[in-house]
Amino acid sequence: MNLVELKSVSFGYRDEPVIDQVNLVIREGDFIGMIGPNGGGKSTIIRIIMGLLEPWSGEVIIPKEINIGYLPQTHNFDNRFPISVLEVVLSGLLKIHGITTRVSKQDKKRAAEVLGKVGMADLAKRSIGELSGGQMQRVFIGRALISSPQLLILDEPVTYVDNRFEQELYNLLELISRETAILLVSHDVGQIVSSVRTIACVNRQLHYHPSNQITEEILESYNCPIDLITHGHVPHRVLPTHQP
Amino acid sequence: MILDFFKYDFILYALAASLLGSITAGIIGTYVVTRRMVFITGGITHASFGGLGLGFFFGINPLLGAAVFGLVSGIGVEYLSQFHKIREDSVIAMMWSFGMALGIIFISLTPGYAPNLMSYLFGNILSVSSSDIWIMSILMILVLALFVPFFRLIQYLTFDEEFARTSRVPVSLFKYLLAGLVALTAVVYIRVAGIILVLSLLTIPQNTALLFSNNLKRIMWLSIGIGFLGSLLGLMISYAGNIPSGASIIFSLVLLYLTGSAGKAIFHARKKHHKHP
Repeated sequence: MNLVELKSVSFGYRDEPVIDQVNLVIREGDFIGMIGPNGGGKSTIIRIIMGLLEPWSGEVIIPKEINIGYLPQTHNFDNRFPISVLEVVLSGLLKIHGITTRVSKQDKKRAAEVLGKVGMADLAKRSIGELSGGQMQRVFIGRALISSPQLLILDEPVTYVDNRFEQELYNLLELISRETAILLVSHDVGQIVSSVRTIACVNRQLHYHPSNQITEEILESYNCPIDLITHGHVPHRVLPTHQP
Repeated sequence: MILDFFKYDFILYALAASLLGSITAGIIGTYVVTRRMVFITGGITHASFGGLGLGFFFGINPLLGAAVFGLVSGIGVEYLSQFHKIREDSVIAMMWSFGMALGIIFISLTPGYAPNLMSYLFGNILSVSSSDIWIMSILMILVLALFVPFFRLIQYLTFDEEFARTSRVPVSLFKYLLAGLVALTAVVYIRVAGIILVLSLLTIPQNTALLFSNNLKRIMWLSIGIGFLGSLLGLMISYAGNIPSGASIIFSLVLLYLTGSAGKAIFHARKKHHKHP
């Protein structure tokens, strides 16, 4: 089943196009790594999928019953806002409950479960502003997960966190990917290729690569030049040519 | 002497205004403080002075004019804030001073009668009338009608607006409704605390409450209690010392804030001491 479908979507700021005729289908069971240079349009595509931006042209098809969990690249909130970790996670249910959202016992149980999953059960009552960058990121992943989404979108999830958390996050995503489709955005290919199953290269245009084996030559041909050499753990096998 | 205090109608009205004001300002002020729109609210209040002057000039109820100016500026700033190119604080400062200037111009153009400006600048809770009490009651009901059913939505969109926008809820609609209520609260309580002092009702109890809790609902309850206590204390000081009520109420509110801060500091110092004797 198609969870999200972008058909020839274009968008830009003023008259400068940022993405051009982008096509993408996300299906159940997918684990897509979205890579590309900074400013190439990755976050723009995500924001269009999340309904935060209206595309210039093209079509965004997301069935009504599809629920998407979202971890934004930057968090634009006041560190001193009086809200507990538990409440932040519960806010992920807003889209399920709607404007008169209330919290049931069941919701609280689910929140505790999710906090356990992201390793934050002990800090449920803490204020969000007291946490470290990595802890906050776990909480926001919890917020994205609490509604049991069919698709989880993470936009540069390791930007503000240390290496230890990075490894833990990829382990967690591995676990989540067994029941939820994932779209993982990163400007750093080396970080994600070993986790994801397929790759989407974005540099104004989107090229879909139906495996996680990728080389610089392929990236070059996609007009998506990223340096792979600096990351030792990237396979350097040259793949047979294929239809993009 | 205490019984004397309750003998007069104007005292009863003042008490009613204190209670209604504590509830309304306790809730709206918590929104203002946690969304960091204290400066905007100051701008709205001062801009409404233009409407006040306009009211005098045309011989209509000045607070009606103030309400219109307050609503236009409050909703206007909320509208402008979505354009990132705009220097929001500068726009607010311009609105702030332009409103005051308009007010002065209209009042000086008003022939003959020179209105008692002091009472609008500094407020007087002892001059509250029964019709004021009606207006304050209606405003309180409006505030409760928005905050009781939609409390969590308001909490979430104040905390992280963009995430709320991805949740298929009408974020903009609620932001405008809230901006309207902020403006109306500021204008209605000009009567009590005056244009210059009204901001204190919306910020001091809330910041006192924030010393003790990270739970938004509890902060609202605490703000209401602290606001009411401060108003009562202020009323008594005003009555006993023949001091303008707006000033004595704010004095009391600050006193409560300082007591709270000191209490918290002592409590923390003791806790540390117990941990590391």
